[in-house]
Amino acid sequence: MSVSTNPSARGRKAAAAPARRVRRLSGRDKVVLGLMVGVPTLIQLVLVWIPTLMSVGLSFTRWNGLELTDIKPAGVENYQFIAQDYPPFWPAMQHNVLWLAFLALVATPLGLLLAVLLDQNIRGTRIYQSIFFAPVMLSLALIGIIWQLFYNRDSGLLNFLLGTAGTPQAVDWFGDSSVNIWAALFAATWRHAGYVMILYLAGLKGVDPTLREAAQIDGANAVQTFFRVIFPAMRPVNVIIIVITVIESLRAFDIVYVINRGTNGLELISALVIQNLVGEGQVIGIGSALAVILLVISLIPITFYLSRAFGKDKEA
Amino acid sequence: MSIAHPTDAAAAGSPADARQRSSGPGRPGPRPDRPANNKQGKRHYGTHVFLIVMAAIWLVPLAWAIFTALRPKADTDKYGYFSTGGAFNFDNFAQAWTQGGFSQLFWNSVLITVPSVFLILFFASMMAFAVSRVSWKFNITLLIMFTAGNLLPPQVLAAPLFEMFKHFELPYAVSDSGNLLNTYISVIAVDTAFQIGFVTFVLSNYMKALSPELTEAALVDGAGVWRQYWDIILPLCRPALAAMGTLEVIFIYNDFFWPLLFIQSGDRLPVTTAINNLQGQFLSNYNLIAAGAMITAIPALIIYLLLQRHFVAGLTLGSSKG
Repeated sequence: MSVSTNPSARGRKAAAAPARRVRRLSGRDKVVLGLMVGVPTLIQLVLVWIPTLMSVGLSFTRWNGLELTDIKPAGVENYQFIAQDYPPFWPAMQHNVLWLAFLALVATPLGLLLAVLLDQNIRGTRIYQSIFFAPVMLSLALIGIIWQLFYNRDSGLLNFLLGTAGTPQAVDWFGDSSVNIWAALFAATWRHAGYVMILYLAGLKGVDPTLREAAQIDGANAVQTFFRVIFPAMRPVNVIIIVITVIESLRAFDIVYVINRGTNGLELISALVIQNLVGEGQVIGIGSALAVILLVISLIPITFYLSRAFGKDKEA
Repeated sequence: MSIAHPTDAAAAGSPADARQRSSGPGRPGPRPDRPANNKQGKRHYGTHVFLIVMAAIWLVPLAWAIFTALRPKADTDKYGYFSTGGAFNFDNFAQAWTQGGFSQLFWNSVLITVPSVFLILFFASMMAFAVSRVSWKFNITLLIMFTAGNLLPPQVLAAPLFEMFKHFELPYAVSDSGNLLNTYISVIAVDTAFQIGFVTFVLSNYMKALSPELTEAALVDGAGVWRQYWDIILPLCRPALAAMGTLEVIFIYNDFFWPLLFIQSGDRLPVTTAINNLQGQFLSNYNLIAAGAMITAIPALIIYLLLQRHFVAGLTLGSSKG
């Protein structure tokens, strides 16, 4: 261990830090540092990474969750069952993909648009920002309830506005399995767009204003300036927005669980995991296999993000 | 913001500009003047129309919930929900509060949120100090592990954690379930473990940006590692700690999933998870449900009004959070 002046401790280089510093850590310091690193690492290992590995292990077993001795090896049976004989699985996959597509093509661009508009010095920008930002503070569970009130068949505002309230044409937006995924996506957008807006507002403030001026002097119009100069200059923010959008669509759970526990048109992988774990007839193996599928998919954005965030450090 | 690259940190959080940056929504802050030409002035007109329409759409669901909550059930039954007839008062709030047992639920939220946030800040700041101010072989590896852990969907760990806690036997004097299920300890432990990664990532970037001479001087004076951490680095991280603390209070208060998984008794649930039961509890009395939902939003609203700056600073500082 060496105390280094190199603030970012860039891998190999740091290992070759000036030798005179190496001696500065006393034995006591080493113990203190060991604890400072060891305790959080232990917590992280025991409560995050070991359970993750256990999920992988359990996905190859058959177990009802009672006695540990009941765990029986099952090979890939659980995966076979899920792919072939478990009706909600493929709809859930489709819904997760739809969730991602909707956030990526509607909610995220909307957030970016709001940020760009509000980044100009327009009057009342403060009020607008506060309005769009408000849902970001609320839990997705609460958002589910708030939109439930809006979407209700008999008492919700939407059907009154459409003039269908009280008629047979009135739609139960969260109950009707042909529309409820879209209704839930609008509710999720309500929060996601505000989140994206805040991050891009910070990103836009970080862009060197001379870039914009230079582009305008070169004769670029506002749209060209944005897409050719400003947007690429926000690359770190863009990476984070991509990761957040993908991860949010994999994590989506609270809102569908509040609406109907993720059934009847609102199946999502995350909800299926839980349906198999709680309640009667626990099928831990099936639930774990679903969890592993979720894990493997999430490793794509996670790896993408880590390679961007830490890649430079490692190469240096 | 990938603050891992110090050069990118312009937007994201070197301590020097953290205060300025935390000027979040509603505080555009001083910005270099832009060439304001006539074209832009014209375009602002359309922009305003668009923003007003969007803002109205944004406010409608919330306004409808408040509107419904303020009207007695008898009046909405008589005049219809889509009307302004009848009285407006807070009776639904009072009734929802007592009938829903909200004082207990809020207390449960406090019992989970407060210890979790302190533990997260404590462990994460120690870890961040170790990986950012001291360089040794595995710090990048550890930091990657911590950051990745926070990005996993919680459902991936649900089954093993549930079974681990179920098979972790405790005397009945400590836990009436005989194990870690149905206890706050389980929720606090997992919330802490799950959030440490994110906060460590943000704080380590913040600490990297602090001048190395700060601790060099202390070293010369013979200060040990703990004193460097506790007396020198932590006080300098106050803005980041405030931002992370605010953010984590909201994250943990808003956490729906872990209590849902670990806590079985309805009267031990924190507010956010308990709203799942509101609809059953208040049957189809939408006025009461609306009032209950709005009560749940109050803590977020308070933080929104008082600490929005810190919250936004926290989001933009790290924003690796999914």
